[in-house]
Amino acid sequence: MLTKRIIACLDVNAGRVVKGVQFEQLRDAGDPAELACAHSRAGADEVVLLDISATRENRATLADTVRRTAQQLFVPFTVGGGIRSLADAVVVFEAGADKVSINSAALADPSLITRIAERYGSQAVVVAIDAKRINGECQFEAYVSGGRKATGRDAVAWAQEAEDRGAGEILLTSMDRDGTGAGFDCDLTRVCSVALNIPVIASGGGGDTQSFVDVFRKGHADAALAASIFHFGLHQLGDLKRSLQSAGIPVRWPC
Amino acid sequence: MIAVIDYRAGNIASMKKALDHLHADAVVTRDANVVARADKIILPGVGHFSATVILDQEGLRGVILRRIENGVPFLGVCVGMQWMFESSAEAPGTPGLGLFSGACGRFAQGVKSPHVGWNSLTCRDGSRLLRGIPSGSFVYFTHSYSVPIVKVTAASCEYSGEFSAAVEQDNMFGVQFHPEKSGDVGLRLLANFCDLPC
Repeated sequence: MLTKRIIACLDVNAGRVVKGVQFEQLRDAGDPAELACAHSRAGADEVVLLDISATRENRATLADTVRRTAQQLFVPFTVGGGIRSLADAVVVFEAGADKVSINSAALADPSLITRIAERYGSQAVVVAIDAKRINGECQFEAYVSGGRKATGRDAVAWAQEAEDRGAGEILLTSMDRDGTGAGFDCDLTRVCSVALNIPVIASGGGGDTQSFVDVFRKGHADAALAASIFHFGLHQLGDLKRSLQSAGIPVRWPC
Repeated sequence: MIAVIDYRAGNIASMKKALDHLHADAVVTRDANVVARADKIILPGVGHFSATVILDQEGLRGVILRRIENGVPFLGVCVGMQWMFESSAEAPGTPGLGLFSGACGRFAQGVKSPHVGWNSLTCRDGSRLLRGIPSGSFVYFTHSYSVPIVKVTAASCEYSGEFSAAVEQDNMFGVQFHPEKSGDVGLRLLANFCDLPC
């Protein structure tokens, strides 16, 4: 049976893993290559490295970070953050990424999705969408630029367009829940997952075991992404997978 | 020397990286002369079935077939495994290598496609490629087309019905999943392939 994936996300700034709360307040969490391997050994089904560097100088270290991280990692490895062009994508693929995640640049020029998919295949293109509830209703708007800029686009409609243009997966982050540990926004993942024929990765708000059970069961997510809960030892990956298995969620365990 | 055939589709680097990790002598190439000298051949691949036309353009079809006839172990991965069959619904005009009879089909409606993620294997006894890999082991898949269960099926997988996750006959091996991305199970499989007598 196809299992539900638990994906470890490493936010990287200037070659170091950091973790923020609701896109702010960054804390140092370690070396990306070491943390990626540690997560893989602990049972992460996939690793995502998101470069959140604000400056071009810091971004220059990205290819080196990706290369070092990919070297000893034998599970799928996605790299995102600041990829604005096919040329940017080529750099991270050549450094060893299996997939790229694109966000603002895809909204600015949706043909970028197709151009990367034509060269590397749809399975290599993850479109990341940062979504925020509109007036607390079950309606969601897509944001860009690290959550700073509203686009006026309906997040689910944008996800459907991304699929049509060749995206292989959607990485869907709830801005309302990001970094809070208060649980995923299951409404957001559900409306998106049922509207799409490609996998949806839920992100933002992962906390206790029940939050993961909920996002798979109520949220129809195909995968769930979490960062802070693993970096700071608040939650061990193996314990989470064992608990999910006990709750009847199919997971890759033991690995 | 293992020739890893680069046909400009997708990313070959991760296969090379896994083979390097296993200390295998692997060369990424699309040079027919190099393939003609290889002790083993791996055809990795992600992407579209039609990308395999490059194998004809580069004169690789003939040399691969000759090497296989000479008993050289061959491993096709993902689209590389699909290419071992006669054809695929993904690219009806593109002929496969035809080592095995059969064609690749699309997943039925009603399930998400592509099939992405970790799924478990049901292994047939006696497979050399899957030595030490028990049924129930998880491997990583990403594909929209698949090979049905056939005579040469060495492992099956379930996603909207059963399909061939691995095929094996004599010196010809194929896997639909990505061993280079399947953690320790995948590395074990690649080590089994590297350890086959030439």
